[in-house]
Amino acid sequence: MQTPAPVDYVRATSVENAIALLQEHGEEARLLAGGHSLIPMMKLRLARPEMLIDINDLDELRGIRVEGDEIVVGAMVTHAEVLDSPVLAEHYAIFREAEKVIADPIVRNKGTVGGSMCQADPSEDLSAVGSALKGSVVVQGASGRRTIPMREFHEGPYETKVGDGEILVEARYPVRPGAGSAYEKVERRVGDWPVCSAGAYVVVSGGVVTDCGIGLTAVGAEHFAAPEAEAFLVGKAPTEENLAQAAQLAADSCDPNSDQRGPADYKKHLAMELTLRALRRSAAASQGA
Amino acid sequence: MQVTITINGEQVTSDIEPRKLLVHFVREDAGLRGTHWGCDTSNCGACTLWVDGKPVKSCTMLAAQADGHELTTVEGLEQGGELDPVQKGFIECHGLQCGFCTSGMMMTGRALLDENPHPSDEEIREAISGQICRCTGYKNIVAAIQWAADNPATSEVTA
Repeated sequence: MQTPAPVDYVRATSVENAIALLQEHGEEARLLAGGHSLIPMMKLRLARPEMLIDINDLDELRGIRVEGDEIVVGAMVTHAEVLDSPVLAEHYAIFREAEKVIADPIVRNKGTVGGSMCQADPSEDLSAVGSALKGSVVVQGASGRRTIPMREFHEGPYETKVGDGEILVEARYPVRPGAGSAYEKVERRVGDWPVCSAGAYVVVSGGVVTDCGIGLTAVGAEHFAAPEAEAFLVGKAPTEENLAQAAQLAADSCDPNSDQRGPADYKKHLAMELTLRALRRSAAASQGA
Repeated sequence: MQVTITINGEQVTSDIEPRKLLVHFVREDAGLRGTHWGCDTSNCGACTLWVDGKPVKSCTMLAAQADGHELTTVEGLEQGGELDPVQKGFIECHGLQCGFCTSGMMMTGRALLDENPHPSDEEIREAISGQICRCTGYKNIVAAIQWAADNPATSEVTA
């Protein structure tokens, strides 16, 4: 039987209240969002908070909207809501394609965007999506809000730039008219973490790639991104040869570990192949194919 | 801490430790053993019930989180002494052998049909993809949910 160790529980009534509670209880307190990473970690004693601050009542952290030239996704938006969002689907196919293969439909009813980002699992799919799209997160503390690019958000596995007494309140993704995007994942079985995933957006204009982003997860890509591959592709025609060369550069920048999900050379091969597929479909979508 | 959770329309109040998992509250405090306690790791889906109308794996939620919320368990599917069409479908189509995964499967099946009354086999397989059956395989479970789609009740489950 797996049960968390004894813990106290309190419900936050607002973001300010959650921050005050975090300050009051110090580093032994943890925010409880969907709980689908934290509660399993608590069962295994990998996490042993003394106080859980439940933020599920904070409706101010829900909702998906376009604000200026950014799409804003509240921290407590669930994976199921991302999957079903017409706003996200209108701008980026990558969200739907990634969410369809994150966990399973029941887990997606509870797991949240903010929770996934803050769990910072090195195999997290949404981190690859956020890095591919060059998004940012907004973090709030007692002294106000600050914005952190997703490509600077992760300090390492399970570590982020969210500080003591801070709470991630929203994720932001730039709107890019004419962009095509796609997500590719290989997993051992339905609902599992990826062996490797790759996501991309591409803007093709006048026959050349004018803008692109590549995100990878589970293969040790720094900040889940492949900037050299992006730099190579911008300004070039989206030919099969150029896309393949960019995908190879992306794979070369990865540093996967051999583990129960496969040997490192296989993961590198996947990084190349899945990046190529994501780039190919993104470029085609941008050109209206 | 004291929590009050509405289960199948009835309030259940209990004094619990905050660490208590929802599946154990339902089985022990509310005495409703239809919700099964399986893998404990949110993989098998045997503990699936509805929280505010949505399927949730109750081994990965604290009972404290459900305080003030509404649950529906397999015991709440039956309406006015009549089994839900999904329950009838599992009988008609031999949708179970040992029965361990069954209540969770039925909760997901009912939720799917409420949203999508005529799903394809593929949509049913997607809906139950977070649940594991180790006896019949999934063919008869899909058939059972399709049977319910073809034989809807006159009134919807609202509990």
